[in-house]
Amino acid sequence: MAATSPAMTDRDFRDEELLADVICRLIGDVRHVAVGAASPIPATAALLARQRGCGRPYVSLLGSRAHTFFTDGARELFDCAGQGRIDVFFLSGGQIDGEGNINLVGVGNYDHPKARFPGSFGSAYLYYVVPKVILFRLEHSRRTLVPKVDFISAPGGSADNVFRPGGPVALITSRCLFDFDRDRRRFRLASVHPGHSVAEVVENTGFDFDRPPEVPTTPAPSVETLRLMREVVAPQLAEVYPQFVKNVFGIAATSG
Amino acid sequence: MATIARTLDDALEPIADGCVLAVPRESSGVPMAATRALIRRDVRRLHLVALPTSTLQADLLIGAGCIETLETSAVSLGEFGPAPRFTAAILAGAIRMLDATCPALHAQFQAAEKGVPFMPLRGLLGSDVLAHRPDWKVSDNPFATNDPVVLLPALKPDVALLHAPLADRAGNVFVGIQREFFTMAHAAQKTIVTVEKIHDGDLLHDPLLAAGTLPGFYVEAIAVAPRGAWPLPLPDHYGIDAAHMAEYARLAATPEGFVQYLDRYVHEKWAA
Repeated sequence: MAATSPAMTDRDFRDEELLADVICRLIGDVRHVAVGAASPIPATAALLARQRGCGRPYVSLLGSRAHTFFTDGARELFDCAGQGRIDVFFLSGGQIDGEGNINLVGVGNYDHPKARFPGSFGSAYLYYVVPKVILFRLEHSRRTLVPKVDFISAPGGSADNVFRPGGPVALITSRCLFDFDRDRRRFRLASVHPGHSVAEVVENTGFDFDRPPEVPTTPAPSVETLRLMREVVAPQLAEVYPQFVKNVFGIAATSG
Repeated sequence: MATIARTLDDALEPIADGCVLAVPRESSGVPMAATRALIRRDVRRLHLVALPTSTLQADLLIGAGCIETLETSAVSLGEFGPAPRFTAAILAGAIRMLDATCPALHAQFQAAEKGVPFMPLRGLLGSDVLAHRPDWKVSDNPFATNDPVVLLPALKPDVALLHAPLADRAGNVFVGIQREFFTMAHAAQKTIVTVEKIHDGDLLHDPLLAAGTLPGFYVEAIAVAPRGAWPLPLPDHYGIDAAHMAEYARLAATPEGFVQYLDRYVHEKWAA
């Protein structure tokens, strides 16, 4: 049922645009969305949400001079989150497992790794304190979505006595969207993107997850959404993600 | 009081082999001209603390064999891909890695800034970041029951090395809103700053400039290095040199290519 529908056969949007549209809906009606390093699709979604909301939510893009209001140095993002003033954040992982644990450090034994990723960034803190953390990982394979991560940069859940107002709410990939059930620490398949199937998701996912009998197809972005993304959001994004904007939206990078 | 050094090399003299050197994140103003000068001087066994992450600077110093210990939260080339020399060094076991998380490093500098032995931080519990840091402790919140919290020791670098837009002749440095530079300078034993240019007049005299000025009191030495963050950006002054970063990513992918890069852009005098 998740196969390409007739209306989708002449699809005229890119994966990145579909994902940004889905993430924009997940953001919902909140006051402050922060976006960390190496997160061009969440950044697109956050700026799209602000555009649709006529200025709400506040958006803080890490590394941006134009799209942030922080004036207290690099620590303000984390202090702001600690104060409960960041509602939504985004994290990824070289590996993500079925309990929502994320690994941004490496594959294999920590002391003798087989592969090394950049590092944990702010995840080992922000995953705990930001109420809505949206996980994103374009590559949806058994290599990235694993039964158990090799290194826990930040855990999906915590013991009852750990201060944990935050955590994962969803995981979006190039194939589908999962919801996360924090009480059961399990993902549930929420929708499959146009052109992909439930069988393909099962085949390419290394962890067990729940799924309803009927899995909906992720709605395609509307013409108006695509226009906003391409004409209004993309130019705003070029400051921080020039390569992404060039590759996805065909806008020449400007070095500022 | 800070002095304006005659040369960049003179200003960098306090950075001795084996010292704990603190440097800032890419979007704050990374002293790249100074980094190339340190590589030319063949500095060794540095304990590099990148607050809270690094890009080209750490990769270059690692590839050039200057680093013994790296303490940071992440190293990559951002949109230009993984940091190749960092990755290779970790896989080869060539450097000692102290994996952190951004707010933990900020808190450790803030503890040193305040002169207190440690700072508590939320998060971290149950992570392997904490599991691999025996120098970080879990304690009970003394003001509550059954509330574990992580304590992080103060981090007091030997030297903080920064790049900023302006300094005046009294050694005051205008850093603008890059306020982690204040914390770094307060925490470090010595602070060395390269600047784009010298400002005529006293930066502390104008209240608007003074609000973003690091007093010369905290500064050991200053050197003038025009475009001193190149090829990385200096906020409000110049952007990243994307073509150069792409070339670095391509060359540094192999040890031979990395040597070519050093020959072309670090050891050549014009690159300073």
